[in-house]
Amino acid sequence: MSAVTTPSADALAQLTPVLTKRWLSPEAWRLEVYETLDGYAALRKALAAHPDDLIQLVKDSGLRGRGGAGFPAGMKWGFIPQEPDGQQPSKPHYLVVNADEGEPGTCKDLPLMMTDPHSLIEGIIIASYAIRAHQAFIYVRGEAVHAARRLRHAVAEARRAGYLGRNILDSGFDLDVVVHSGAGAYICGEETALLDSLEGFRGQPRLRPPFPATHGLYASPTVVNNVETIATVPYIVLGGSQWFRSMGTEKSPGPKIFSVSGRVNNPGQYECALGTTLRQLIELAGGMQDGHRLRFWTPGGSSTPLLTDEHLDVPMDFEGMMAAGTLLGTTAVQVFSDADCPVYAAYRWMEFYHHESCGKCTPCREGNYWMKQVLWRILTGRGTHEDLDTLLDACDNLLGRAFCALGDGAAAPVMSSIQYFKQDYLDYIEGRTAPMFAPDPEAEALVGAYR
Amino acid sequence: MSTDVFGAHVYERAREIVSRYPEGRERSALLPLLHLVQAEQGHVSPAGSAFCAEVLGLTRAQVAAVATFYTMYKRRPTGDWLISVCTNTMCGVLGGDRTFEALREHLGVGHDETTEDGTFTLEHAECLAACDYGPVLTVNYEYFDRVQADEALRIVAALRAGERPPPSRGARLCTLREMSMQLAGYADEREGALADGPPGEPTLAGARLAQQHGISVPGFDPDTPIKEPAPAEPGHVPPPTAPEPAADRKPAGEPPAKDKRKAR
Repeated sequence: MSAVTTPSADALAQLTPVLTKRWLSPEAWRLEVYETLDGYAALRKALAAHPDDLIQLVKDSGLRGRGGAGFPAGMKWGFIPQEPDGQQPSKPHYLVVNADEGEPGTCKDLPLMMTDPHSLIEGIIIASYAIRAHQAFIYVRGEAVHAARRLRHAVAEARRAGYLGRNILDSGFDLDVVVHSGAGAYICGEETALLDSLEGFRGQPRLRPPFPATHGLYASPTVVNNVETIATVPYIVLGGSQWFRSMGTEKSPGPKIFSVSGRVNNPGQYECALGTTLRQLIELAGGMQDGHRLRFWTPGGSSTPLLTDEHLDVPMDFEGMMAAGTLLGTTAVQVFSDADCPVYAAYRWMEFYHHESCGKCTPCREGNYWMKQVLWRILTGRGTHEDLDTLLDACDNLLGRAFCALGDGAAAPVMSSIQYFKQDYLDYIEGRTAPMFAPDPEAEALVGAYR
Repeated sequence: MSTDVFGAHVYERAREIVSRYPEGRERSALLPLLHLVQAEQGHVSPAGSAFCAEVLGLTRAQVAAVATFYTMYKRRPTGDWLISVCTNTMCGVLGGDRTFEALREHLGVGHDETTEDGTFTLEHAECLAACDYGPVLTVNYEYFDRVQADEALRIVAALRAGERPPPSRGARLCTLREMSMQLAGYADEREGALADGPPGEPTLAGARLAQQHGISVPGFDPDTPIKEPAPAEPGHVPPPTAPEPAADRKPAGEPPAKDKRKAR
């Protein structure tokens, strides 16, 4: 086995064990254990405060959405129209938790729900109280039955203990939570597609405006937040916004769970301050595996443009990643080495987007279908120089021309791999690299193409 | 017509599922209802679609439009064991591609196909959100971590011999129909199944490293008031150290109960 390197003091200083700390306690998923570890202390504190003060607290903390887009959570909560105190709103408000984790590379929410489901439920109660919602839903990815199982148990425990249901802890506040399993569709991670799916339809994104804050679930005011965002809230309620801002950078404050996978010695979940660099993350993950040198990586899943070994020291916060021409996304750091082929990577991801495109927008439905075939043609040794132009042309027609971010995401790996690794493409096209896959002699070069 | 296929107990469960959702919003129950009919029949049959349509007052076409959109609803009978191999990029380079090929050759079926004896259905899956454990496969949606082709063939051999190899995380294996009941929102009734599967090392890697080096985030005071006073002057940036103790500030409401159990 390869030698595991010890991280430097500089890298260790980036660790911020906040959300992940309780994961070390065996059976923290049980209510009785959770309660011995400060569980539901934040809820008691929050229920004694005015809901508007909680919204202000989350605004002051600078917490930004952890599901990829980085929208300020407090602002999202503040968009929910509120009646004066004591008056019932004409339409009910809803909180919907996006637990449809599926962005390639992302694997932070499932372990959180497995090891510490009550932290999510506590966050849900606080957030619902703040936005005056009395019904919340957790939309869990269908395949993640192991996490849904623990969540359903935690909801039942919380209800028995009086943390959910009517008149929670004698506060007069009522809330019910339903754990709703999806059925295998990546697009349902997009918030408006998720809402359509939760309403019992095909998961297809909606045109915005109107935004979910006024016309969300059942055309009612709705906040949709990622699991990690909501699970962060109890810590802000306890520690305050200034403490929260002691981590991370000014515009991207707080801790963040970085999911490191691939050619490192110890892949896993590393909770670090936003602004941590890839160099530090690789150190924390025990260094690169023997015989592997970093070649390319995703900062936040396959929908964020690839970076290379030139970007080892770029701070991984929302601003730093944008400045480097990519996005922070879900901080799903997939580390690939010189043993891995960027053309293959683009092809596999394009297969993914082709499979997961909901079919609503033509550029995404058709563009991914063609790009997947063109990439296959290149990998089977039949590519042409024109193919590179075709790919970039298809990306140009896709980027910014679809209802939702899936289309933009699909263009990311193709455009960035051609930007940084054009030579790899040319080596296949000009025959210097042997085909990765044998062509199927039965199949046409491109199904349905002119030639 | 679907009463011939689905007994009274299925109607009873369907009513329970529908009652989880707000009044007038019954259609939200469609996804769990499709999981329910799949639990009964092993796939979503025309009768299953008709059942959902009848319960929700939809047309069969409306139900079919939804059922065909989602990967987990199977339109043909599935095997006892659904083997899903992740072949997205990361698992693919780490060994998932070879595993899928080995299983395809061994089982003699391709993607979304079932062996003749009805034991196994093979599929290649998109990212299963377990990249730190890659390459992964799932059997009836329970995870087997860091599985290479030889290990995958051993899992298949064990299943064929009537054994139930323990997954790396999550609960012990159950049939796909039992799993579909959980997807429909029912608790796992098996004694001890909930506690199965301690977290693996990748899940704990960062937290463990922090613990080993005695690292924690300083300045955490759980009594910090929720309503913080405005900074002394505009543009004032608080020092990145511990906030002031709460003594000089009024809490926004009642202080949290010291004895957490008392209120229960």
